Amino acid sequence: MRVGIVALAALLLLFIALPLATLLLKSFQDGMGRFVGLSNYGRYFTTPTLVASVWNSLGVALLSTAIVVPLAYLYAYGLTRTCLPGKRMFAALALLPLFAPSLLPAISLIYIFGNQGFLKGWLVGGSIYGPLGIVMAQVFYCFPHALMILITAFSLADGRLYEAAAAMGTPRRRVFWTVTLPGVRYGLISALFVVFTLVITDFGIAKVIGGQFNVLATDAYKQVVGQQNFEMGAVVGFLLLAPAVIAFALDRYVQRRQVALLSARAVPLAPGRNAGRDLAMMLYCLVVGGLIAAVLAVAVWGSFVTYWPYNLSLTLKNYDFETFEPNAAGPYFASLEMASLAAVAGTAVIFGGAYLIEKGRGLRALRTLAHLTAMLPMAVPGLVLGLGYVFFINARWNPLGVLYGSILLLAINSIAHFYTTAHVTALTALKQLDGEFEAVSASLKVPFYRTFARVTVPICLPAILDIAIYLFVNALTTVSAVVFLYGASSKLASISIVHMDEAGATAAAAAMATLIVATALAVKLLHLVLEQHVFAKLQVWRKR
Amino acid sequence: MMQSVNRTAAAALPGAGAGGEARPPHLFLDGISKRFGAFSALEEVSLAVEAGRLICFLGPSGCGKTTLLRVIAGLEVQDAGRVEIGGRDVSRLPPAQRDFGIVFQSYALFPNLTVAQNVGYGLVNRRKRRAELKARVAEMLSLVGLTEHGAKYPIQLSGGQQQRVALARALASSPTLLLLDEPLSALDARVRVRLRQEIKTLQQSLGVTTIMVTHDQEEALAMADSIVVMNRGRVEQVGAPTEIYGCPATAFVADFVGEMNMFDATVVAADRLAVGGLTLTSAHIGKRSVGTQVRLGLRPEEVRIRGLEPAAPNTLAVTVTVLDFLGAFWRATLRLEQDPQVLLRSDFSINAMRDLDIRVGQHLRIALPTDALRVFDGART
Repeated sequence: MRVGIVALAALLLLFIALPLATLLLKSFQDGMGRFVGLSNYGRYFTTPTLVASVWNSLGVALLSTAIVVPLAYLYAYGLTRTCLPGKRMFAALALLPLFAPSLLPAISLIYIFGNQGFLKGWLVGGSIYGPLGIVMAQVFYCFPHALMILITAFSLADGRLYEAAAAMGTPRRRVFWTVTLPGVRYGLISALFVVFTLVITDFGIAKVIGGQFNVLATDAYKQVVGQQNFEMGAVVGFLLLAPAVIAFALDRYVQRRQVALLSARAVPLAPGRNAGRDLAMMLYCLVVGGLIAAVLAVAVWGSFVTYWPYNLSLTLKNYDFETFEPNAAGPYFASLEMASLAAVAGTAVIFGGAYLIEKGRGLRALRTLAHLTAMLPMAVPGLVLGLGYVFFINARWNPLGVLYGSILLLAINSIAHFYTTAHVTALTALKQLDGEFEAVSASLKVPFYRTFARVTVPICLPAILDIAIYLFVNALTTVSAVVFLYGASSKLASISIVHMDEAGATAAAAAMATLIVATALAVKLLHLVLEQHVFAKLQVWRKR
Repeated sequence: MMQSVNRTAAAALPGAGAGGEARPPHLFLDGISKRFGAFSALEEVSLAVEAGRLICFLGPSGCGKTTLLRVIAGLEVQDAGRVEIGGRDVSRLPPAQRDFGIVFQSYALFPNLTVAQNVGYGLVNRRKRRAELKARVAEMLSLVGLTEHGAKYPIQLSGGQQQRVALARALASSPTLLLLDEPLSALDARVRVRLRQEIKTLQQSLGVTTIMVTHDQEEALAMADSIVVMNRGRVEQVGAPTEIYGCPATAFVADFVGEMNMFDATVVAADRLAVGGLTLTSAHIGKRSVGTQVRLGLRPEEVRIRGLEPAAPNTLAVTVTVLDFLGAFWRATLRLEQDPQVLLRSDFSINAMRDLDIRVGQHLRIALPTDALRVFDGART
């Protein structure tokens, strides 16, 4: 067990903490590796084109947040506080974007409003290539993230407060201001921060639909990949880290308050029927959910169209990637391989690690250190982590350099990138177990790993599967971190989308994006089916 | 019997350990101390437990009883002191290398394993043959009366049944020491009373040395061969249940175990005490000198109201102010006519209530037996 804890801490430091430290260091060095203090930052802020990106990023992020959060608030309200029919369907519709790379909405919008778009006229002379397109695509991409947080906040409500308010004859408006809003305010704040961070750090959307409109994320890419200016890339990386870290810290603070808000004796709120309200909410959810499905559908449709928009006959030729890729199916299978590796190895490391941290005995300081490091990636944008890996792995002294460009390194990077959410899921599941299992095992002279295999893992199986699916889907759709790390033999599908789009092959890019969505959805569906029919049989002991 | 070498308890308990037992203790604790940050959970606790006995650690929450149990199990490591089990020093050994079975308050049954798998959990590891293992599991299940439930999962059993599974699991590998951490506190009152007896019978038939932690004095009095009363990380008293109840060594024990009227008093003669405005005779003043501040204790059931001799000592005139019906008896609050500041709780049987027709406001004559007036050191805390 002690060996395991030491190994875990070493892995986390090696693949999360050290790359970030290297990035920090790099931003204070010149091209030769000499320490130059803040001069890189000075140069950055005296270059008008670069400073413009800061303002561009902030503007786009603020605008997207201001649009997404109210939309998601109303949607979450409909799903939790009304009796609208088809809640499950509406929830599923709204969560669809989670299974697509962020590039997909951008591609869809190009089909709809781009130079050849069928609704181009709606923009009355404006162009989709720029802030307008970025914001629209971000709204699609961020919607489910805000929605999930707000649904949780709404469902934590204490029904007794509403009953008390009703018993005192409180008017509805006053109930809203005194009960509803205070109840979800922490979730609301959390959603604001999460969306803001997602937008400001996202690379794919700005890359595909941003046109000449530069933002921080695309700057980092250009500096490093285009101009090989690593120091400036590091500076941009750190500028990206700042808002994310602030948002993360505030979010943690807010969440702690949220927990304290709800007493253990709270009674869940059961919404009553109200025909007018329910109908209005259903129409709203139909429109929003329909738009989300439509954006997805356009990309899928576009991928089958012969020559948009002049020849709309359907074809499969866009799925023949040979025209654009030397190794036609390579990126897709590389993605599958990487995502599977990340899911299997990642789940093992993350769940095993969470077990050692939560149930381990001894080495307390090291366990705390491991836990804190595991929480770190939440505050680190993928792009920043990717840059950190570039600098750290490529350092001349680092023997891990042999990994550069390998599928394995991409998988490791993806695990690190998505570590926190999976770690928290594992911890939550483990905390629900009786704290004395390990003590009982010890008294029965059964080694801890045996109880881990025979009791802990079977009980936590649902959470373990959730973690695996989460890692698989995210590793499949991610662009930002891996865009710096792939090699000739490990080019991923999502990166291939960026390249094909750059080369003007929008239809092929849409086809690849469709493949990714289809795969991610198929895996998720398989998970649901298995969960209901196979794993339910393994969980008979839960039923009375 | 068990003996205490704890400094606080030994001084207060001249009788303990005087049995002159020949057998070495099965469990021996010497000067166990444990701190959690600034909080001192255990202070120099020493204890010797003879084999085959059932011992209860009794005390309010936070008194250190559970910590002491966990130290014995090796689940907590003491800051100082020595633990011996069966004559072997296990102070620095991990739990797996000590010889004990344990039942937790939560039972900690493995929910995904059947009852039989739970009971056999520790046996699998000891390389027993399948048939041998099956026989042992069946034997344990029949011992706790759950033979038909072997194939069920824990969630399908009642609380009392789960408790017995946990007991069977802890005993399956025949440990020489059984540790029970509040094993009955999660159960209904009725089930609890029945299981008390079952555990006691099982323990006696197996002859396994048993330590049980409880905050329920009734449970401790009913089950234990010997009770260790703990307070603030220290042992207050060690003794048989009748001894703990009848001759509490300290005011804390007197107050914690059973009901007790407590008064501040001053010694005024070799056999007399002043309480407020009255003077009482007690047989327990001992060698305390005149003028000593003491605490005076009297159990409510010791108050006499029938068959009073006119010349009996401590005869008092009282007024009944409150009557509480507690089912099997009535608890009366009596105001002393001689000093209305002094209130006395007193238990009257249903018979006495009917025969004497006692009502609120009634004047009564009572007597406090000199032998029942207990004297403890120290003024009010």
